[in-house]
Amino acid sequence: MPETAGAMPAAGTGGAIRQLAWRLRLVFLFAALAALPYLLSYSQQEIAVLLVINVLLVSSYRLLTLTGEWSLGHVVIMGVGAYASALLAKQLGVPVPLSMLLGGGAAAAVAAILSFPLFRMKGFYFLIGSFAAGEIIRLIWKRFTDPFGGPKGLKRIDPFPDIETGFLSIDFYEPVNYYFLALVVVSASLFILYRIERSRIGLTFHAIHWQDRLAESVGVDTFRYRTLAFVIASFFAGIAGALYAHYVGAVNPTRFSVDQMVYVLVWAVVGGTATFHGPILGVVVLTVVNEIVLRALGLDTVRPLIYGAILILSVLYLPNGLESLGTRLRARLQHWRGGPDATGSEPA
Amino acid sequence: MDLLWQTAVNATYAASYMALIAVGLVMIFGVMGVINFAHGELYMVGAYCVVFLYAQENFPFLLAVAAGLVFVGIVGIVMERTMFRPLRDNPLGGLIASIGFLLILQTLAVLGFGRRMGHVPPATQDKAEIFGAVLTYQRLFVILAAILLLAALWAFLRRSKFGRALRACAQDAEAASLQGISMNQTARIAMFIGAALAGVAGALTAPLVSPTPYIGHSIIVTAFIIIIVGGVGSLEGAVIAAVLYAFVHTFVTTFFDGVIANIVGLALMFAVLVVRPTGLFGARERA
Repeated sequence: MPETAGAMPAAGTGGAIRQLAWRLRLVFLFAALAALPYLLSYSQQEIAVLLVINVLLVSSYRLLTLTGEWSLGHVVIMGVGAYASALLAKQLGVPVPLSMLLGGGAAAAVAAILSFPLFRMKGFYFLIGSFAAGEIIRLIWKRFTDPFGGPKGLKRIDPFPDIETGFLSIDFYEPVNYYFLALVVVSASLFILYRIERSRIGLTFHAIHWQDRLAESVGVDTFRYRTLAFVIASFFAGIAGALYAHYVGAVNPTRFSVDQMVYVLVWAVVGGTATFHGPILGVVVLTVVNEIVLRALGLDTVRPLIYGAILILSVLYLPNGLESLGTRLRARLQHWRGGPDATGSEPA
Repeated sequence: MDLLWQTAVNATYAASYMALIAVGLVMIFGVMGVINFAHGELYMVGAYCVVFLYAQENFPFLLAVAAGLVFVGIVGIVMERTMFRPLRDNPLGGLIASIGFLLILQTLAVLGFGRRMGHVPPATQDKAEIFGAVLTYQRLFVILAAILLLAALWAFLRRSKFGRALRACAQDAEAASLQGISMNQTARIAMFIGAALAGVAGALTAPLVSPTPYIGHSIIVTAFIIIIVGGVGSLEGAVIAAVLYAFVHTFVTTFFDGVIANIVGLALMFAVLVVRPTGLFGARERA
């Protein structure tokens, strides 16, 4: 595993300073994120909410790719969370915050069931198998009007309840307020995802990715760990779906089609899946390019074309993603200066 | 009984164009080891060749089909040169690049022809009657063309020097190149044939399906089901699986509905993946 950002505090005073610097950076990041919605227009605030949700989606996808398997069903799993949470709130009157958690649980449960057939497959077969499983789920939503609403999906999903106490009242219909709600949920989720990756379990995921035979030979049950990664990733995808459902207020089968999966794939690949922040970088950069640059140019129809071109070019020329750009530039710079380890940090 | 027989005739038509598409996909996978996600869009481009040349510019139907075959084959060569060759050691990269290419082709079709269905008048209104079942000449034409093209391909692969080189590359690329077979040349030919088969399927069926820029999606799903059921590397398996799938799908569509048929098809593929991932007819590891 290549070294990841300077997040792990080293021992000693140097480590303490570095840790402090890292914390300061986090504080600045959150300050910037808190200020952000006030600099945006109303429609841009709505995009910001979706962006925050997509950050969780793509980060949870990365956890799955840690074990080396690429799924094409992740957006459908997100949809399971969305549908489950919406139905629980609509039909059974479960309070929305709880239904969101249960939505994540439902997504995790579906993943746990699917893992039995799916993890008999590997590589390309897993990719196609996950695609088939996802399409079957999606077609079931489409076919069975009761309770899934058929092709039109579910409408008028209960919104997140307003907070009304004596001095504080928050209306989550406002994008700004929902933005902060999503930010809190997503930050907490990302923290958990990050801790999982840095734990023993996360290291085992890496081991399975790079050396699955070796991992097996030292007693790692690869099936169980693959399932675990899949279930955890699906839980957070389900949470993302629930956040989406109660924000937009409507879900339908088309929203979770493979076209949407392509975008998740693009974000992850363009950002780079080698590090935790790579996919996040990918989704943020591409969304900003998409919504601000392309929209400003009035290029709505050609947007998929540009996405496609970006995808091809990044696979060809930036196989480790945007996040490798920094390392590469640094290496190039050092090379010009004639630095000692000019070749050492060049990514493969 | 009439309905059963009619459905069987309809299924034969579906099997013939599905076989063309699936065999093309298997060719590409066999030689290059890459799954071409844009294969459905190659079909779509073939269909739009007919929309443009035949429906809009009034060239003869057959000429438009031939132009579609050649044009899509050339698109395939472009894909090989720009994406699959540089990504030869990176199958996942090739697959992702082909997704990018799919988006580009789709957008170009939208820009050129709009989102709406392209209407293509049938080349002939005549129909044949086979023991009571109606078969339009347009459909009969697809069936005959598929048989002819697949037979020609089979002869090419078995008899010609290129065909033998192609099969050698599919079996073991390294050993083949040690024998002096050019990998680039072979990949180019395979890509041309694979893409052209998808293109000609699109061109032939254009008057029957009313193409849209997004038609490739359902095509690629169908093609995946067929190649998985048939065994990913097996050309014969692809043809047999195409027939099998076309019959299952057409019958379920006729007697239940289309969405159920899609679910059944996907479930069939899923079952094959679980029980026998090499497919029903694929004995070898790859190709």
